[in-house]
Amino acid sequence: MVSDYAWLVPVLPATSALLIMAIGRQLPKKGAEIGIVAITAALLLSGAIAVEVFGANVDAAAEAHHGEEGDHGEEEADDHAAAGVQVASLGGDAGLLAAAPGEEPKGENHAFVNEKSVVLTPLGEGYEMEAGIRIDGLTAMMFLLVTFVSLMVQVYSTGYMHGDPRFTYFFTLLSIFTASMLTLVIANNMMMVLVGWELVGVCSFLLIGFWWEGKQNSSAAIKAFLTTRFGDVGLMIGVITLWSMFRTFNIGEILASVEAGTMAGGAELNTGMLTFGLLALFLGAVGKSAQFPLHTWLPDAMAGPTPVSALIHAATMVTAGIFLVARLYPAYQESPVALAVIAVVGTITLFMAGLLALVQDDLKKVLAYSTVSQLGYMVAALAFSYTAGIFHLFTHGFFKALLFLGAGSVIHAVHSNNMSDMGGLKRYMPITFWTFMIGSLALMAIPPLAGFWSKDEVLAGALSAGGYTGYLLAILGALGGLVTAFYMTRVLWLVFAGPFRGHGTPHESGPAMAAPLAILAVPAALIGFINLPFDRFHSSGFAAWTMFDTRYFEGHPAIFNFPLALTASALAIVGLVVGTLLYRRIPEREPMLRMGLFSKVLVNRYYLDHLYTDAITRTAIRDKLGPAMYWVNDRIIDRIVYGAGAFAGRLGRVTYKHFDQRAIDGALNGMAGGAGFMGREIFRKFQSGNVQLYAGGMFLGVFILAVVFATAG
Amino acid sequence: MIQATYPLIFAALLFCVGVYGVLSRRNAVLVLMSVEMMLASVTINLVTFGEIARTADALLTGQVFALFVIAVGAAEVGVGLAIILLLYRNRASVNIDEADLMKY
Amino acid sequence: MNQVLTWPDVFMLLVGVVGGASALLVVLSRNVVHAALYLVVALLSVAGTFLMLGAEFLAWTQVLVYVGAVIVLILFGLMLTRAPIGPMAQHNENGPLALIVSVLLFGFLCVVIFGAFGGERIDVTYVGAGAIGEVLYVHWAFPFMALGFMLTVALIGAIVLARREEGEGPAPTDAETTVLPDQDFSGDVTTTPGRAIEEGAQQ
Repeated sequence: MVSDYAWLVPVLPATSALLIMAIGRQLPKKGAEIGIVAITAALLLSGAIAVEVFGANVDAAAEAHHGEEGDHGEEEADDHAAAGVQVASLGGDAGLLAAAPGEEPKGENHAFVNEKSVVLTPLGEGYEMEAGIRIDGLTAMMFLLVTFVSLMVQVYSTGYMHGDPRFTYFFTLLSIFTASMLTLVIANNMMMVLVGWELVGVCSFLLIGFWWEGKQNSSAAIKAFLTTRFGDVGLMIGVITLWSMFRTFNIGEILASVEAGTMAGGAELNTGMLTFGLLALFLGAVGKSAQFPLHTWLPDAMAGPTPVSALIHAATMVTAGIFLVARLYPAYQESPVALAVIAVVGTITLFMAGLLALVQDDLKKVLAYSTVSQLGYMVAALAFSYTAGIFHLFTHGFFKALLFLGAGSVIHAVHSNNMSDMGGLKRYMPITFWTFMIGSLALMAIPPLAGFWSKDEVLAGALSAGGYTGYLLAILGALGGLVTAFYMTRVLWLVFAGPFRGHGTPHESGPAMAAPLAILAVPAALIGFINLPFDRFHSSGFAAWTMFDTRYFEGHPAIFNFPLALTASALAIVGLVVGTLLYRRIPEREPMLRMGLFSKVLVNRYYLDHLYTDAITRTAIRDKLGPAMYWVNDRIIDRIVYGAGAFAGRLGRVTYKHFDQRAIDGALNGMAGGAGFMGREIFRKFQSGNVQLYAGGMFLGVFILAVVFATAG
Repeated sequence: MIQATYPLIFAALLFCVGVYGVLSRRNAVLVLMSVEMMLASVTINLVTFGEIARTADALLTGQVFALFVIAVGAAEVGVGLAIILLLYRNRASVNIDEADLMKY
Repeated sequence: MNQVLTWPDVFMLLVGVVGGASALLVVLSRNVVHAALYLVVALLSVAGTFLMLGAEFLAWTQVLVYVGAVIVLILFGLMLTRAPIGPMAQHNENGPLALIVSVLLFGFLCVVIFGAFGGERIDVTYVGAGAIGEVLYVHWAFPFMALGFMLTVALIGAIVLARREEGEGPAPTDAETTVLPDQDFSGDVTTTPGRAIEEGAQQ
């Protein structure tokens, strides 16, 4: 099977990284060729794997569906055919989260999973550390996304980073990053996930701080690293908790145990501990995927080169947290509390980040906050529907990468990040304009572009699930759509319309940069059609492709909530219109900044940074806690240490004087003296050279022997 | 018909006297002489036991053996004296006490 | 034990006494030449013992070989090594040890002999030279020839050892010979350099 060779997909970029590092500088394109060739190969392989996996899943879904159909009859088929409101109510109790587990169709899980592993080392007591791959629909989808976007970014970088003295290093890092992300995605055990997680974190740090000569850039890199590190603590706690419960790192085994309801040793599954572990893992996702309150690093990470932002902070690394939750989804299903937390965090994130995008002047920061907001959508969606979450992840990856690359093109032409230096670029950069437009429309979820289908699925899933969190997400999600439309429209008008406010004459970017834009525009526009939420397409579409469990697939049929879709689209169009009205003629003073307290809070980013830096770090820790700890250390702990040292010294002296010198040395000297005495006085006589003495000894011996023989015989 | 013990005791006496001489005489030639005495006692012993243990098909074994011993003893004296002469030539002395180069 | 003393017993005793006495004198004599001559007597008494035991051929062989050849050799050896002619102390510091060992050994042997052969009597038969010859040249032919070979080898070996090499100086003279002084040897034994030979005539 092709997926047996899936391990090549991370290995190819890794080897290309090594090659680029080794010989990249001497090549005509300074190493970019190697990177691009490797990633293309990885992309092709991912395509082959995807074909295999998706095909197998579709077959499995069809089989299961036909198996069900016999039982349920035409009733359900009729219901599915009607495009009416379909509320799949489960259980009906509207608690905090109505997506309670249970009432799934019984039977076997026939979803495609291909797992291979090698044992690295036994850890004792029968546990082993393994390195392995786990290929299923989710993995295949992530492969496609990561390799495709990485290819686009690498091609783009040959133009964007042209002439940079550290060009080869850049490509090395890109390849390493791609390899790390693919490792994370392919991992079959939590340890490997952790390894990939940390690796992408390091690569992110290195890439954000790529132009580390600027203090701002290195500070941003450190901020990113530390903030995600904070989340990583949660990740590690989660991994350890899961291990302690199931005594294994292997994801498949953990999920199987969860489904069976047992822990290691056959004990009953402790849902409380499971919830704790899953929430701890989610903390890691909060850090990595820039959810509230650990989102502060993402906007500052825009200090890195734009291709980096496109690759890492739009499409791949930030999706690692969502990927993690999706990977362990069956476990999350068992814990309503965790799902509720996820929903709430995601919802808060999506709304508040959207608002923050309104007041930004830096083009990349707008896109950054937009990313945070969309990540919130994905995270919250996962609480209600697996397919909705990862589908939005998939589509967002494409159009956000497109937007970032387009922004990079603009910035490259204008030599400034700020929108106040842009304007009227429609004339100068038509390709960039049109592709950016497509990306923006997708982001605004204007039908029939990709974003519409994915965001609509999210909202529909939330609404149909019901419960407080479901309704909250639906409402805020729809309103968020309005906000999104508004700020993207703002961007479009400020950047591409009106007179050019900057210096010099901008020009369209070269083919290296324009081609990826054009290519990415295609999936940004059209990829929504792979997951049309109509029953005809459902079992051969994206939902079937990436299903992780056929029974889940059966229990979550396609939902198309027409009124909801209509409302959400209307809100988006409202936002678009308002934005157009406000910004059609570039206003003198930014209207967003004239809204009093609202603007002030937003500009200060809800004072979160202020909280983190000043209140917590400076005041509480540095000024109060620090001196207190120092006092404890100095007065108490050091005293103990000195005392121990003095005691040891005294003990040593006593030992030396009495024990060592008198007893031991005395014994030694005595033994030496004794040996000397024996040698000098006794044994020396035997070697006197006096032959007759030797002979005498011999005769004496003979005598003794004779006596012995005589008496013995 | 003689007592068996007489020659045997005589041989033992000769042997032990020879041992004393070997161990205590300083002149190397005297040591050699004592060795000869020991050999002589051995021959007496052999002949006596040859007589005591005389069997039909082991006639005269003791005497033949003794003959051999005599011959060997003679050869040994010759070689031994040659060695002593060499020793004397190299060290100008036949004092055994001075031939202690095997001392550590 | 048969206490009857037959005439052969008497002769045996006589021979034994004479031999024992002379043996003792060999080792106790202070004059080396006297010691050699006492050895002659001792060996003659050994021959006498052989006669008492009926080994006539052996007795005369003993006289011929030992008294005739070996003693002569020894006397020559004494002469060539410039043995001191006069009396002098001949015993070294090993005296006590030697005494102890030999007395112990003798006592032990006596005990054993008396224990094993206490009352036995030997039936002495006269053995002629012809009988010896017959046995020697028939049954013991090979050892006999080996014996002859060995004697030849010993002869050659003695000559090789004792001959003077080329470039070697003359034998030490009287003046150079380390006379064995009549002194106390209870101290440490030190090496006397003698003549510096180590560099010269090592074969």
